[in-house]
Amino acid sequence: MAEITNEFLLERINQQFGESIRSSETPYDMLTLVIDPAKVEDIMEFLFKDNLLRFRFLTDVCGSHHPDIAGQELCVIYHLQSMENNIRLRLKAFVPVDSPEIPSVTSLYASANWMERETYDFYGIQFTGHPNLARILNVDEMDYFPLRKEYPLEDGTREDKADQYFGR
Amino acid sequence: MDVDKNQIEEQTQTKEQGAEGDLHVEYTTLNLGPTHPATHGIFQNILTMDGDYVVDSEQTVGYIHRAFEKIAERRPYYQITTLTDRLNYCSAPINNMGWHMTVEKLIEVDIPKRAQYMRVIIMELARIADHLVCNAVIGVDTGALTGFTYMFQWREKIYDIFEQICGARLTTNIGRIGGMERDFNNEVYRLINAFLNDFPKAFQEFCSLLERNRIFFDRTVKTGPISAERALNYGFTGPNLRATGVDYDVRVANPYSAYEDFDFEIPVGLNGDTYDRFMVRQGEIWESLKIIRQAIDNMPAGKYFADVPEFYLPPKEDVYNNMEALIWHFKIVMGESDVPKGEVYHAVEGGNGEVGFYMQSDGGRAPYKLHFRRPCFIFYQAFPEMIKGGMLSDAIVTLSSLNVIAGELDA
Repeated sequence: MAEITNEFLLERINQQFGESIRSSETPYDMLTLVIDPAKVEDIMEFLFKDNLLRFRFLTDVCGSHHPDIAGQELCVIYHLQSMENNIRLRLKAFVPVDSPEIPSVTSLYASANWMERETYDFYGIQFTGHPNLARILNVDEMDYFPLRKEYPLEDGTREDKADQYFGR
Repeated sequence: MDVDKNQIEEQTQTKEQGAEGDLHVEYTTLNLGPTHPATHGIFQNILTMDGDYVVDSEQTVGYIHRAFEKIAERRPYYQITTLTDRLNYCSAPINNMGWHMTVEKLIEVDIPKRAQYMRVIIMELARIADHLVCNAVIGVDTGALTGFTYMFQWREKIYDIFEQICGARLTTNIGRIGGMERDFNNEVYRLINAFLNDFPKAFQEFCSLLERNRIFFDRTVKTGPISAERALNYGFTGPNLRATGVDYDVRVANPYSAYEDFDFEIPVGLNGDTYDRFMVRQGEIWESLKIIRQAIDNMPAGKYFADVPEFYLPPKEDVYNNMEALIWHFKIVMGESDVPKGEVYHAVEGGNGEVGFYMQSDGGRAPYKLHFRRPCFIFYQAFPEMIKGGMLSDAIVTLSSLNVIAGELDA
């Protein structure tokens, strides 16, 4: 089997889901696609079932918060891997902070269960169709999503910590 | 299986079955954990038991969650190394190296071969220590305490080597971004050579204690099995995946730190049961020894750090005596070195599987976002499926053979 390159991979996904792919780049040799959040499950199902690509392994799911991008504050980042072709792929889907909904991929990957719960726990992203979207690492009573950027690690009102030279 | 009666809260549930009422099944809810000597870590399993058999189970994790990902968003890059120590604390050096390599990938710097070989030696020693603890504990849970106390001596000797290299034993903070903090001294070589000479004999005794032991067979063969397909679907990596027969190893699939220079095999199992997981780890210890020997024999000459003064902390003598080194030291410690913007994922083969670091950098003094891919967190969710229908004592052995480390589970 010929080796699958990033270019080939991008072209193959583009053929099927050209209109759902918003941008693509290749930082540090890993193809990174920004995709339409509504299409996450469809694209991953295609990647999973396609006989050539065979992305059968979900390496990682995590979130990130970008308060500056209006309407696309929260991001879900998926790392996929095709062990047979030895290639990795990163998918990113941005969702607004007001209605952070994205389809769950637990039907494809059992491993997504806890990883999506973790992402919900820290960023409040609602994975629709998840069998048990509860907090996992934090206490159940917590009423905020601690990894969002509006929660600083240190108390911002303390003056003894202010340091104008080193940007604290 | 010695479950302390005081540790168990028992509740009895009654389930009616059948209209006649003569088929009467009673399930017991058994609370295993959060702190229980047989779980080797802080996590709770609420088991629904039918007599001695596990019908269903539910896990609670997060008891030692320390918010490392949040803390990392405020720390300069070199200070995050100490956080990675505390993920899988049984093989902290592998996490340290993984983190250094992630940052080195971000700032695009090539590390001299000598430093790469030194890192390989340290990582493989850490892997041996990690697997030794895991396999010795499987022995304890099946009733063989001798092997455990015997093997722990050798773990101590590995820690002596770490102490000689970096000054610390368990949470090592070993290496630096850009290379190693110092060269191996003669004592390090002496200790490693003594270890390579003496350990195989002792380990062979441990092997013959358990590998063909009839009682051990009865307890571990076909205990907690998982198929290759389910294991991949559950995101298994490392020895637990290889025990099912999938020969995926990050060291071979995406070689880092000069692993492509070494000649070694990937041990695989067949059934994905506790015995196969045990045997894969046993095999990996032998392979690690092979790698360390090759690295010692072919240790390249040259520098042990790359020429990146804006990231590599200069030696203390230079800081005190050399103006430029003092400036670089100051800039690094205050987190004033410029990093490129970008996002990077780097994975290393940890003791339990693929330890990944996903980082978004906005060019600031700390990562904008850092996520640790912790193999334990991902494969531990398969535990209910693996113990379903088995006995409680099998569940305990399955848990130890998965080698779930609480620090890595919760981050």
